[in-house]
Amino acid sequence: MSGAAVRITGDPEVCTGAGQCVLTDPAMFAQDDRGVVELRTHRAEGARVPRAREAVFLCPSGALSIVED
Amino acid sequence: MLNLDPEEVAKLPHYPVTRRCPYEIPEVYTRLRTEEPVSKVVMSDGQPVWFLSRYEDVRAVLSDPRFGADRLAEGFPNLALGQREGLSKQPKFMISMDGAEHSAVRRRVISDFSVRRVAELRPTIQKLVDDCVDRILDLPQPVDLVAELALPVPTLLLAELVGANHADHAYFIDLVHRMLWRKTSGEERVQISIGLRKYFDDLIAEKEAHPGDDLISRQIALQREETGEIDREGLNSLAQLLLIAGYESSASMIALGVHTFLTRPDWLAAIRTDPARTSVAVEELLRFYSILDVAAGRVALEDVEIGGETIRAGDGVMASVFAANRDPSAFPDPDRLDLERGARHHVAFGYGPHQCLGQNLSRLELQIVFDTLFARVPTLRLAVDEADLPFKYDALAFGLYELPVTW
Ligand code: SF4
Repeated sequence: MSGAAVRITGDPEVCTGAGQCVLTDPAMFAQDDRGVVELRTHRAEGARVPRAREAVFLCPSGALSIVED
Repeated sequence: MLNLDPEEVAKLPHYPVTRRCPYEIPEVYTRLRTEEPVSKVVMSDGQPVWFLSRYEDVRAVLSDPRFGADRLAEGFPNLALGQREGLSKQPKFMISMDGAEHSAVRRRVISDFSVRRVAELRPTIQKLVDDCVDRILDLPQPVDLVAELALPVPTLLLAELVGANHADHAYFIDLVHRMLWRKTSGEERVQISIGLRKYFDDLIAEKEAHPGDDLISRQIALQREETGEIDREGLNSLAQLLLIAGYESSASMIALGVHTFLTRPDWLAAIRTDPARTSVAVEELLRFYSILDVAAGRVALEDVEIGGETIRAGDGVMASVFAANRDPSAFPDPDRLDLERGARHHVAFGYGPHQCLGQNLSRLELQIVFDTLFARVPTLRLAVDEADLPFKYDALAFGLYELPVTW
């Protein structure tokens, strides 16, 4: 269901700062000054959904997850 | 520690497996992945360990906290003779830590490797690469690109990063080089470890007295602010880790990458017309060569079931990133070097909390090297037959000893 909106969560405690999320979609993910993940949005819709999933898949630390609403 | 009777051990494949061709994955990897994905191999010190060759299993183990990274733990796969003795004389490396201890240490340095920080280093890297290319263009031909480009660029960059712009650079390079050499004796390895530690002790003392705009100085400032005390041992192991991890591996990827472009005119044409494709090419080169297959060892901290086998607490595990990166279930037609692949999910930088800290720096470094070299020396070509190139079949990290070119 790539069209439906999903909720994205990012756990800064778990993040190891590899930046795979930022490289996947800088509009959804950023790194703060400490190098730790910062969500720019908590929801993804449409074409962003597969990219959010890709970021979750690429994130090495398990800091990101997607919750279907 | 995985206990098997000697007869069974005698039948196991040896690890590391020596490559015989730069392009092909050793047959044993493919066979094991197909027939027995959770299998066993024997390390050079005679220790049997589990061997994982499926993409899914490799990712699972590398991100599972039930597998530890402590290289001194009994059962951890020992890659080279003397490795354990050498490491036992060192402060603990971040790559040997687990859980909270690991994340606390890693957290303090990640800001130096964030995507933004790395992007800010672009002009520094560009300048380093340009200087190297300037020098190359002045040299009598043929020129060995390993000595003149692949080794100097990462070393200079890492030296820049930790602020080690010392006169004794050559001494340091020699130490690192010998340490990573597969034929270095156990005894010599211990001496090298001591030498490296001393080198960084001096560097850290220098930074305490004269801070600069570098990673070590920033760590010192951070520690002064946090605790008022400087953890010299921890800084020492951090500096060593960064330099060692970034040195030979980047050099290998530069050399293999240049070689690949030179033998594939279609790749060269593609990045020339569209430099945006260089980053895609870099990912594919990383996946395809998987030069640091040996880096992903673990030890089970409790009993864990993987692919129907029970791995017992204390058993060593080698998760093969090379085999994983050639797994057809993750990469269709995996043994083909495919510029269109866009394989960012490869595990050449490892996976899980220990995934290479310097990966984005390494990516940028490779992109700049390839783009600059081929733009500035458009007629570049190999000076010897491909068949005569000395590939590093006997080293722990795959690569090239020399890459003679002309233009
Ligand atoms: S990919 Fe994961 S570990 Fe890396 S910065 Fe993003 S959230 Fe953190």
